Amino acid sequence: MVFSKINWKKVAITWGIPLVAVILVGFLPQYGSAYWVTRVSYFLMYIILAVAWTIFSGTTGYISLASAAFFGVGIYAAALLGESMPLIFVVLIGGAASFVLAFIFGAITLRLRGIYFAMFTFGLVLLFKELIYYYEINIEGLRGRFVVLQSNETIFYYLLGIFVVTMIVAYLIRRSKFGLALQSIGQNEEAAAHTGVNVTMVKILTFAISAIFMGAAGVIMATKWTYVDPGVAFNLMISFTPVLMAIFGGMGNIYGPVIGAVLFAYIQEVLTTGELQKYYMLIFGAVLIGAIVFMPNGLIGVIQKLVGLVRKWRKGGSVAQNANT
Amino acid sequence: MRILEGEKVTKYFGGLAAVSNVDFHVDEGEIFGLIGPNGAGKTTLFNLISGAFTPKSGIIKFKDKKISGLSPYKICRMGMARTFQEVKIFPAVPAIENVALGALFGTPKPMSPAKATKEAGELLDFVGFSVPKTIPAGGLTMANQKRVEVARALATQADMVLLDELMAGLTPTETAEAMELVSKIRDRGITVFMIEHVMKAIMGICDRIMVLHHGVKIAEGTPKEIAASKKVIEIYLGE
Repeated sequence: MVFSKINWKKVAITWGIPLVAVILVGFLPQYGSAYWVTRVSYFLMYIILAVAWTIFSGTTGYISLASAAFFGVGIYAAALLGESMPLIFVVLIGGAASFVLAFIFGAITLRLRGIYFAMFTFGLVLLFKELIYYYEINIEGLRGRFVVLQSNETIFYYLLGIFVVTMIVAYLIRRSKFGLALQSIGQNEEAAAHTGVNVTMVKILTFAISAIFMGAAGVIMATKWTYVDPGVAFNLMISFTPVLMAIFGGMGNIYGPVIGAVLFAYIQEVLTTGELQKYYMLIFGAVLIGAIVFMPNGLIGVIQKLVGLVRKWRKGGSVAQNANT
Repeated sequence: MRILEGEKVTKYFGGLAAVSNVDFHVDEGEIFGLIGPNGAGKTTLFNLISGAFTPKSGIIKFKDKKISGLSPYKICRMGMARTFQEVKIFPAVPAIENVALGALFGTPKPMSPAKATKEAGELLDFVGFSVPKTIPAGGLTMANQKRVEVARALATQADMVLLDELMAGLTPTETAEAMELVSKIRDRGITVFMIEHVMKAIMGICDRIMVLHHGVKIAEGTPKEIAASKKVIEIYLGE
């Protein structure tokens, strides 16, 4: 937490390794094939969604299924504004629009708890989809819209940039007193409120912040897909997949959703394109059930356990050495 | 001087009056006890004071300001903290950060994380918490969880604490320690308002006691007066 003293070795690990990793990934378009650039772009999209989702839902335990709504807002921002202004502004506007929307809906729905909140956010996506279908067909006379195409590299670097910002924000929130407040809300909201935490404000603000990144990612993905309609923009899988990825990767550490998103997306790709295509859903279901039953803290939980064991073993070794001398 | 005052405080659950027309006051620096049989409305009254509920009618004033209707976090920052009948801690958060939360969010003026942590450590020592402070609160014994809860309340720099059955579920030794702790809290200049079922404890340390029955105040006075009150004895032992 923020309360501990600066440990430079720890700083090197928490900042150095990610920095090197980001730079290495950043050079991908120079040495990798177009196929890999595209594939890694999709990984980045899922990582952004999973990490952004975890910022709010992972700590507070309020399961939001509204990711697709904010992602879709970004997509429509790209469709409406993509031609008239530079991409960077569209990304900022898409993020800001998602923030405002999440703030408003947070203010209305965050009084609900548990399953009711999840259901409402789920309904929100459907509502958006139907409303925009209605508007487009009856008023604009359209079904879908074209979006200005961007090059693979542009898409890749924008997603990498959004990813880096998302990670930094997630890290800062987790490390700050704000993060402690979120945790306390997740573990006992009533006690948090009686200890001076303005729980409503903390929840709404965090929900809105997490929506920024979903909206920004939506803007970029729209420029990849080039044609969008409400069915594409408000696809419920965009709500569910990041939740599963975050659970699969584990939420006890900031890298949990990252590892979960990459592996999950990779497995999905292998299963849907290879010979196992027929059995995709079957295997996928089995993997998920296995993950939930055998790894309650996700992949990151397993890794942390292993690291703990190794440390214990090394410590034990050094104690034995000291005893000998 | 009166620090807390309630006038005709009333709260209904459906058609049932859980608290009905209760007048009460707590003087600054005293230990004020609240007793009554199960379902008398004691915890409901605490919930009304701390802001968890809003009274249907009546008014509650803290330091001469109306607090009924305010959000719990605002009341907390005004200097009123509480503990809960069923301990409410943050199980996965280290004990010291459970307490630091109070110092970070519940005080009238914000303070730095470093100072909050230092304060939290000192308060854990004050309440007699003797195991490592970084243990997640969920893994502590009941007595230590209650200590964490009390320390968290004190960390908000409260002028008054509401202690809801602090001694329930404790061993006789722990109960004695808890009684001592309550006196120590008062010695810091903090007013204590406590609900308690352990008669020995409440009779021993309270300056004044109020008795509720079916949501109605039936008696108020010094421990001696309460112990001698025919009405109170009837309620507790039957006619």
